[in-house]
Amino acid sequence: MGRFWAIMSRDLTLARRQGADLAMTVSFFVVVVVLFPLGLGPTPGQLAEIAPAVLWVTALLAAMLSFDRLFQQDSEDGGLDQLALSGLPLSVVALAKALAHWLTTGLPMIVLAPVLAITLNLDGDAYWALILGFILGTPIVSLFGTVGAALVVGARRAGVLVALIVLPLTIPVLIFGTLAIDAAANGLSIRVHLLMLAAILAAAIPLAPMAAGAALRQALE
Amino acid sequence: MERCFESDPFAGDQLAVVRGGRPVFAGLSFSVVPGAALRLAGPNGSGKSSLIRVMAGLLRPTSGVLRWGEEPVHQDPDGHARRLAFLGHADGLKPTLSAGENTAFQLRMRGMDRSTRTEAMQRAFATLNITSLLDLPAGWLSSGQKRRAALAAVLASDAALWLLDEPTVGLDTASVTALEGAIANHLASGGMVVAATHTALDLGARVTDLDPATFARRTATLSELGSGWGVS
Amino acid sequence: MHRFANPTRFLRLANAVLPWLGGLTAILFGVGLYQALVISPADYQQGETVRIMYVHVPAAWAALAGYASLAIASFTFLVWRHPLADLAARAASPIGAGFTAIALVTGALWGQPMWGTWWVWDARLTSVLILFFLYLGHMALVNAFDDSDRGGRAGAVLALVGVVNLPIIKFSVDWWNTLHQPASVLRMGGPKIAGEMMTPLMMMAGAYFALFGVLMILRIRSLLAARRLRQLRLAVQEI
Repeated sequence: MGRFWAIMSRDLTLARRQGADLAMTVSFFVVVVVLFPLGLGPTPGQLAEIAPAVLWVTALLAAMLSFDRLFQQDSEDGGLDQLALSGLPLSVVALAKALAHWLTTGLPMIVLAPVLAITLNLDGDAYWALILGFILGTPIVSLFGTVGAALVVGARRAGVLVALIVLPLTIPVLIFGTLAIDAAANGLSIRVHLLMLAAILAAAIPLAPMAAGAALRQALE
Repeated sequence: MERCFESDPFAGDQLAVVRGGRPVFAGLSFSVVPGAALRLAGPNGSGKSSLIRVMAGLLRPTSGVLRWGEEPVHQDPDGHARRLAFLGHADGLKPTLSAGENTAFQLRMRGMDRSTRTEAMQRAFATLNITSLLDLPAGWLSSGQKRRAALAAVLASDAALWLLDEPTVGLDTASVTALEGAIANHLASGGMVVAATHTALDLGARVTDLDPATFARRTATLSELGSGWGVS
Repeated sequence: MHRFANPTRFLRLANAVLPWLGGLTAILFGVGLYQALVISPADYQQGETVRIMYVHVPAAWAALAGYASLAIASFTFLVWRHPLADLAARAASPIGAGFTAIALVTGALWGQPMWGTWWVWDARLTSVLILFFLYLGHMALVNAFDDSDRGGRAGAVLALVGVVNLPIIKFSVDWWNTLHQPASVLRMGGPKIAGEMMTPLMMMAGAYFALFGVLMILRIRSLLAARRLRQLRLAVQEI
């Protein structure tokens, strides 16, 4: 357990000291969301209608920008070899990395999403659905992205590639995340959609690190 | 370094590695006993790095087994990883962490507790004359200083087997001498060292030379190649 | 050890099967298309356009079967490291993507007379489109590495991740569709398939699967030849 926290706290320290990387992902999220009213026109009703899709799609795209660095740097500087020799299963290494990724990109987006939703005139009843959906959905994105990041270690154009292979896998998150917000805005129950997200998260927590660990093992050879 | 390793000999039997469709070496066997060293020599592309990675368990050999004493290594890869310290081509240092933080992280990943960690680290940094670099970000160091910081993690580890891939790259004469001293110490306390190196590096009196290139498999005939899967 | 197993046996078998399978494909396509386009009756609702079904539905089946074979080959490769499984996985994804593309194009062609538009976000079409994306990702990943062995191994892991996700994606798209789609839209595949439509449909399905087999053998053969060529060139350079 100590080694798990060691990896996570090191990644958090690295993220803190290379603060610019972290700020870029979050700024991308903000800038792209703001582009929509500019492209669509400032009609509040129209903005409120597309707000769930805009927030979720932009969050997914912003997350994609951050995945290629997840293992690439460790692979280039030899750190991945050392992690593989720590005696900790690579799946646990991947889980620690995914958790650190979520804390540095998922968490800031959970905080920012409601603020951005205000600028999009999101319906007042929908905020809880947005926040709860992000709380359940962003860890899934981090976990899936960790698998993608492990797969593209050493690939050419790894950044685009990781988006190409991870985005289709995140479609269920997008669907249930936006449906929950829509349901709340229409006064319907959001419970079932959030339960779906929770179920996917519960399945992804053990399965995604396993797949990422297998991918990392292949990358070492 | 008043340690004493009571380890079994480390040996490889009939190892073969295929990389990118090309057999790097085949039928390679070696053995290292406690207190002895193995020097991997040979030209570029002869398979020194591949062999060291096989020894570390990072690369799965196409055929053959590694043994620690009598026990095949692949039965307990995590246990094997704990017995060895590996230094690859790259230094494995994060530029924004200080040299000390980098080493401390690696020692922490080995499961060493805080006080042992600090003590071992200070001793290793002193041995390599880089105590003054402890608190500097690794990104600020010169390539020779980085190499020494990476070596410090090996020296400070509690591993019986050191696997060093080109450890002297970028080192000046004084640092090479310091490294030789550390290696001699390690061997004297019953440790084992495997080093791939081009340069003259004194690995003590009980050193065996091994050139993977002499095990290069060039025996495949054209007809064998033309009827295989194209991978082995 | 299977690693050194002789691929000559595979080639001998493949070469023996190929003419028969090729002939079967031609016959099934000939008879199936004749039945589908000429003999079978027009639908009382859709008229002659129902005939597009005979090329569309089997293509969608072949697209799914392609992903299943990709996943099975990938699993075999990861567990037993058999080189043939690696070649089969590499061969399966472009072929499967091809069938997926056929299913999408014929689906759009069918949609135009039925819905008056080339594209409708129907649950089935959307799922097939996402399947196409999964194939694209797999092909991109396999070819993204300088070391092609690494590409094969990464692709195998991705194929297994994809096959676990596929049911979840399908389920969520169906869910999304029922909540968003107005009920008035006519569902594709909705009309009951009459008995005289069943025979040509099955014929065409057989034709598509036989074609799948032929293409797999051809592609595996050429991938094998390319690998041997690489190995020979490396060997020549060493001499």
